[in-house]
Amino acid sequence: MSEWPILSTIIFLPLVGALLVLVIRGDDEIAQRNIFNVAVWTTTVTFILSLFVWINFDSADPGFQMVERAEWLGGGITYHMGVDGISMLFVILTTFLMPLCIIASRLTVKTQFKSYMVAFLVMETLMIGVFCSLDLVLFYLFFEGGLIPMFLIIGIWGGPRRVYASFKFFLYTLLGSVLMLLAIMAMYWYSGTVVPCDASAGGIAATCSTTDIVKLMDVQFPASMQFWLWIGFFASFAVKMPMWPVHTWLPDAHVEAPTAGSVILAAILLKMGGYGFLRFSLPMFPLASADLAPFIFTLSVVAIIYTSIVALMQKDMKKLIAYSSVAHMGFVTMGIFAMTTQGVQGSIFLMLSHGLVSGALFLCVGVVYDRMHTREISAYGGLVNRMPLYALAFMVFTMANVGLPGTMGFVGEFLTLAGTYRVNTWVAFLATTGIILSAAYALWLYRRIIFGKLEKGSLKDILDLSRREQLILAPLVILTLFFGFFPGPIMDVTAASVDQLVANYEAALSAAGQLASASP
Amino acid sequence: MTMFPDLLPALPEILLAVGALALLMIGVFVGEKSTSLINGLSIALLVVAGIAVIAGPGGGVTFSDAFILDPFARFMKVLALIGSAIAIVMSIGYARARKFERFEYPVLIVIATLGMLMMISANDLIAVYLGLELQSLSLYVIAAINRDSVRSTEAGLKYFVLGALSSGMLLYGASLVYGFTGTTTFAGIASALTAEGASLGLVFGLVFLIAGLAFKISAVPFHMWTPDVYEGAPTPVTAFFAAAPKVAAVALFVRVVVGPFAPITHDWQQILSFLAIASMVLGAFAAIGQRNIKRLMAYSSIGHMGYALVGLAAGSEAGVQGVILYVSIYLAMTVGAFACILSMRRREGMTYEINDLAGLAKTHPVMAFMFAAILFSLAGIPPLAGFFAKFYVFLAAIEAELYVLAVIGVVASVIGAYYYLRIIKIMYFDDPATSFEPMPTELRVVLGVSGAFVLFFIIFAGPLGGAAGLAAQTFFPTG
Repeated sequence: MSEWPILSTIIFLPLVGALLVLVIRGDDEIAQRNIFNVAVWTTTVTFILSLFVWINFDSADPGFQMVERAEWLGGGITYHMGVDGISMLFVILTTFLMPLCIIASRLTVKTQFKSYMVAFLVMETLMIGVFCSLDLVLFYLFFEGGLIPMFLIIGIWGGPRRVYASFKFFLYTLLGSVLMLLAIMAMYWYSGTVVPCDASAGGIAATCSTTDIVKLMDVQFPASMQFWLWIGFFASFAVKMPMWPVHTWLPDAHVEAPTAGSVILAAILLKMGGYGFLRFSLPMFPLASADLAPFIFTLSVVAIIYTSIVALMQKDMKKLIAYSSVAHMGFVTMGIFAMTTQGVQGSIFLMLSHGLVSGALFLCVGVVYDRMHTREISAYGGLVNRMPLYALAFMVFTMANVGLPGTMGFVGEFLTLAGTYRVNTWVAFLATTGIILSAAYALWLYRRIIFGKLEKGSLKDILDLSRREQLILAPLVILTLFFGFFPGPIMDVTAASVDQLVANYEAALSAAGQLASASP
Repeated sequence: MTMFPDLLPALPEILLAVGALALLMIGVFVGEKSTSLINGLSIALLVVAGIAVIAGPGGGVTFSDAFILDPFARFMKVLALIGSAIAIVMSIGYARARKFERFEYPVLIVIATLGMLMMISANDLIAVYLGLELQSLSLYVIAAINRDSVRSTEAGLKYFVLGALSSGMLLYGASLVYGFTGTTTFAGIASALTAEGASLGLVFGLVFLIAGLAFKISAVPFHMWTPDVYEGAPTPVTAFFAAAPKVAAVALFVRVVVGPFAPITHDWQQILSFLAIASMVLGAFAAIGQRNIKRLMAYSSIGHMGYALVGLAAGSEAGVQGVILYVSIYLAMTVGAFACILSMRRREGMTYEINDLAGLAKTHPVMAFMFAAILFSLAGIPPLAGFFAKFYVFLAAIEAELYVLAVIGVVASVIGAYYYLRIIKIMYFDDPATSFEPMPTELRVVLGVSGAFVLFFIIFAGPLGGAAGLAAQTFFPTG
């Protein structure tokens, strides 16, 4: 099994599926069904293959596993893939949600069905690639390449203000990322002075430039350089995350994107920011991370409280969930930069749970949107009378979004708060008020949509979940509750890698501290 | 001592010169009927010259050291020949539909290409001027080739007046350099500079020299002619101008500043940094308001030359490698973009309004897909070819610690992305306008090859980058 390049297989399988879809001719019902079948089967097989990755994953090993390496650009820039405890579950999250997104789009996408499926399959390749890349240039390629399909998804199949939203999404993200690219280049040249060459490289030089992530993790960048590199990466991840105050693209993009596009955005694209902080900022720039942690805490707390209050006042369901996403990402960044085992574990868990829960919430909004073609909260009310199953599913996800014990959302929020409390009591205290606010906006949303009397005439004939919708939401409900009670399987996978991350970070800080105290 | 010069290194140039004269003879005797024959023969001639470059000797100096053949020259010559051949291919259908088929057109392109090859191989200031003028004079005539059109003749005249001015500046600079070093050969200038350092007069001469070269690649502030000429000239001519002559001029720029003036890198680094910043920023902002796609491509090319200069400003081996890759990729993207522009034809005639592309994704899905890929690539979005072009030049700029240049450059690329996105938006998000006529076969082929290059560059980026690296080592023998 270890011989077979399983990561490359799951990365490029969706791309093969996209090519298959491209060659299907015609635009009639039969062609659409064929396209749909190809897409569903491709994503399902990808998901099953990714489960093999999980099965073969050795939780006790903190390093990278299933590593693949090949020559690519030359000059130390290689094709290098692998997963560790931090990235593994994001791969599973991606492959798990994709088939659901495809199924959810079957009847809702009316125009250019083929292009839509191609865009989603290409998107899947790029997203899995982000989490598996062990080379900075490769990572950047996947990270940025995702802009193209997402731009088209929002722009072609989006709502009335789709052009504005797609441009804003694209340009915001691009501006952040190009600064990261410059930081990557600076790291490349610096590594040329310290990283020993591979034995196979030959030549006379003792050190070689590289963008290999594993090698760069051992490089100690000078403190002043770390600061600028950290800023470069921060510019990219803060926008992607998104952190306050560069979050404003997210509500627009979410509102205008088609349902499945919103799911992908909320569930996976946002996690790339948090993943980036864990993969690069902490291990490679520990000194800068320590110095700038208060800065992150401040932004996180502002995000948690401010965007929660903003969420309270939203009239559009998707916008409300979008703002709640920003608030939850505030918990994630707070937990990451607390730099305790609990905080980091909690952040990863919260990202995974938010991936499932916010994705599910957007799917729930999509369900009623497909029936009523409006996302105005005031257009609904009393849905429990006609849609009991829907009300049940929506309740589970609302509770998980609030962080009720017994749901997946609780574990992550609790751990991030507990981890932060040990580092900074005030930050933890302020962030906890965000939980109260999240209960306020989420429960209020639920009350206004689901409870009350069914008074609006247009809602009298609304139908409950169809078979297809039940099929999509059921696994999400089950997983949300299962991991709420048994977080163990997730924790086991992440534990070893997180322990090593935190240990390395503390070692780097104490080494720098000794250096500072040794010099006068 | 007079010795007959070794002709073998200059074989492609000799082939082109003899061939062009022969084609001209055929044209004169047969008349207008011979146009399609001469088109075909010209393309064949360029292909044969390309084979001669590839199969010919790997290096050598001849004509009293005025002509040099090295890996860099071979790489750039192949690019220039490809660009010129594609330009002729793309002109065939257009000229037929517009009824201005003239056999002089392909012949002039061949002669201009001869000039380009001489520029690329120039190893002496006199040879620089010789090649440059042969190319430029042909280009002036080509710009005005549609002599019944006021726009075309205006473009030709404007190009000629401003081009003559820039040639004058170049000559003035060359004479100053000669005056202060006592030689016109590149090797002589380099050794004089190493021995004595740069005097103020010599830096003066260098500035004029660079100004003349900057005009040829239309870098800001010597760019004013570009939008007018691009818009006024017949579209296949614009397609030609945007591709091969840019390659040759950039190659000459590299050869002049990195070769003889290497000892005073610091002096010209500042000038080039300024040219690069000004070009990138102006290219990004000025293109935003354009409605005519040819004018937009003009500003786009100004911006792209700015990015190429970023690599040159680094003045290092990595920088030259970046420039070589940049112009290679730029050439591929540009010909693809112009294949699309040449296909914007309705029954009533050509259109150049960007808004007429509305809904192209629905009426011509394949063309829209390819054009979108090329536009994303021009914007520099991974994993397309244009990203790697920008990647390598900025990599060199960071190595040379030109951080301000790099930061302004990447920010300008984000601003520039906006106008490329706007075209994609019009093609994909807007409702269809009247459909275009089907694409002619030759344009389909060009667009297909260009699109495939842009999409699959990621796979062969390693080998091509290696080849460009070898070519760049020409100037840095020890490195």
